[in-house]
Amino acid sequence: MPKCEKLNKVCEKLEQYESYRKFKAYADKILALGNDSLEKTIAIAVSLCLVCAVFVSMAAVALKPLQIDNKELDMKKNILDVAGLLQADTNIEQAFAEKIEAKLVNLETGDYADGDANAYDQRKAAKDPAQSVLISKDKDIAHIRFKAKLAKVYLVKEGGATKSIILPINGYGLWSTLYGFLSVEADGQTVQSINFYDQAETPGLGGEVVNPNWRALWKGKKIYAETEQASSDKGSLGEAGVGEPALSLIKGTVDSSKAGSQYQVDGLAGATLTSTGVTNLVRYWTSKEGFAPYLAKVRTVKGAKS
Amino acid sequence: MSEFLNDETKKVLVEPLVENNPITLQVLGICSALAVTSQMSTSLIMALALTMVTACSSAAIAAIRNHIPSSIRIIVQMIIIASLVIVVDQLLKAFAYEISKQLSVFVGLIITNCIVMGRAEAYAMKNPPLESFIDGIGNGLGYSLILVIVAFFREIFGSGKLLGFEVLKLTKDGGWYDPNGLMLLPPSAFFIIGLIIWAIREWKPKQREAIEFKIMSISHGEHGGHH
Repeated sequence: MPKCEKLNKVCEKLEQYESYRKFKAYADKILALGNDSLEKTIAIAVSLCLVCAVFVSMAAVALKPLQIDNKELDMKKNILDVAGLLQADTNIEQAFAEKIEAKLVNLETGDYADGDANAYDQRKAAKDPAQSVLISKDKDIAHIRFKAKLAKVYLVKEGGATKSIILPINGYGLWSTLYGFLSVEADGQTVQSINFYDQAETPGLGGEVVNPNWRALWKGKKIYAETEQASSDKGSLGEAGVGEPALSLIKGTVDSSKAGSQYQVDGLAGATLTSTGVTNLVRYWTSKEGFAPYLAKVRTVKGAKS
Repeated sequence: MSEFLNDETKKVLVEPLVENNPITLQVLGICSALAVTSQMSTSLIMALALTMVTACSSAAIAAIRNHIPSSIRIIVQMIIIASLVIVVDQLLKAFAYEISKQLSVFVGLIITNCIVMGRAEAYAMKNPPLESFIDGIGNGLGYSLILVIVAFFREIFGSGKLLGFEVLKLTKDGGWYDPNGLMLLPPSAFFIIGLIIWAIREWKPKQREAIEFKIMSISHGEHGGHH
């Protein structure tokens, strides 16, 4: 038993130190005491807490890098997924580095803001009073109470041009706050995809927000109402106009022959409250409170270029 | 190996599977059995996590059982259990991130799972570490067995899948099976667990409890004010 010998050697070495001998004598004395003595009770409680605290913190510190990697990888996976770039054999790190660019957007003005976008954490910022604003009650349809002043959007690049824009969205459903991404095409009007990466809705009912079949229904839907006038002379939303979001979930199945069906997505069967929550959060984040000013600017720039 | 599995250890390992199952006989740990059983994958991970926590906490408590002051013994047990649960949670976040996201708070709630505490109080406080460890494994397996059975029925009838693979094709994907929405909600686990308890008690009549109260018909109402 070489291990035991080693341990004994360590003990022998420790014996040379005065404080260790004192500690050992004290420990022996305590262990010999009756279990109900006050001194032993306190000593046991303190030493147990110390041992457990060291054990837990060691595990937490040792596993932290792995956990952070996992979180980042998961986030990147979700972003690629909503951008429609995720296949089973995609190298996530590589695809993300090549095609996705993170940018900060000032929600109030809709302009890009300076700062290190990759290091910015919008969820953390929304909880920090210095970086967030309280949403007034009548406007807070997504029930999130605070929003960060700066939002982190992702631009999907293809051959140097922006192909689509991924907006972070969040809001309250039935049980939980849903966090997700809404991917909008470069026209700032057409939905490409939606993806919720963090939610705790009822599995099978509200939890179907993650169902690929349901998510596919969002493709090609329009966010803002195209006004009669605008559609007659430009065929699309007035370029600089900040529109009101019209997109919503309806009960049942969308009838694509009816007018306005481009603003409608099937609601989730058996999950009315989650569906309402999703409508509200999408509307909130595409309204003037959210990304409407930014999307309006995206359209203007696009219009000026073309 | 033969000396390791003597009669006593075999008994503590096998008995909790059916004879003394923590869920069906002791009716402990029902809360998490309702919450995580809508899918097989989450149930399996939860079962594994609970088995490890029960075994390790029982062994640790048994190792220091002679020095635990009785006035703080529950707190001592809780500290050991809670520390282990936090470590398990951290491990899941590091190595099984997807599953840990689905289990969310329920891993943390192992701390309050009555089975872990029950084994610590009932067995580990009176028995040596190795036996307590085996006892923890046995009870964990008993819990796992019921969890997996419940999850099997809930996943196959609720979403037509098993471990995420399609078994019954759903109508919404163009198949023939119309899923039972109730199976996806926690109350369905109550029915399934109830049916399992019924089946086990038919099979092993010894587990039936003595009737505590007799239901009286209305006409005899004047005899008894008790109920």
